[in-house]
Amino acid sequence: MSTTFETVANIIAETCDIPRENITPESHAIDDLGIDSLDFLDIAFAIDKAFGIKLPLESWTQEVNEGKATTEQYFVLKNLCARIDELIAAKTA
Amino acid sequence: MRLEYFQMIDKVLTLDLEARTLKTANIVPDESPIFEGHFPGHPLLPGVLLFEIMAQSCGMLLLRLHNYDRMAFLASVDKGKLRTFVTPGQVIEVDARMEHDGSGYARLKAEGRVEGKLVCNADITLKTMPFPAPELRGYLLSTAERIGMPMEPPAVAGAASACSGTLSHV
Repeated sequence: MSTTFETVANIIAETCDIPRENITPESHAIDDLGIDSLDFLDIAFAIDKAFGIKLPLESWTQEVNEGKATTEQYFVLKNLCARIDELIAAKTA
Repeated sequence: MRLEYFQMIDKVLTLDLEARTLKTANIVPDESPIFEGHFPGHPLLPGVLLFEIMAQSCGMLLLRLHNYDRMAFLASVDKGKLRTFVTPGQVIEVDARMEHDGSGYARLKAEGRVEGKLVCNADITLKTMPFPAPELRGYLLSTAERIGMPMEPPAVAGAASACSGTLSHV
């Protein structure tokens, strides 16, 4: 988890020019860090490449839009990292 | 190339579904009102149109890989380079290569060459989504036919086929 978070935080800091110290596991990518959808594409690309996965952004967005999930479930960084760990585990299973 | 209709691609030269690459030919017209202003006495294809040529080549590759079930919209251009002037009558060959086919987006690399010399290159991000209008899909399919996009079905396992590779889907 810590390794995943460190990697994700560094990607966000570099991609969005956000001071690394401002990025915590409790940070909400949209509400706290102000990351918009276009910047998140760059972040998703970097995460996909770094972990060899494919973040299911479309299904997440659909779930949020349909009220089946909250943005916190996917865009608070500790939750995002948990999803990433699940995808990594599924890939290696 | 019909600049006024933003029809940049004239012909598909090669498509490799397995390598996820596309090469297109794009012929700069000898005359266009654009050259009257860009620039008087020194006509040049505007740099933004070189990016458009690369973006359209990337987009046509992505649409073909997805069997025209999704539309691609230009989201960003990174590391864009315009390396030399492109003038009326020149033929730009663009190599587009899929780098990463993500969920709702794709990242591709494109390089444009005139007579083998690199004139432009960029990393292109396309946002993908279902076609917002059926006539848009029809237009893209007619465009694919116009430029000679190979439309053979994907190769059947164990069977010989002129079309290499397989289609990928989100």
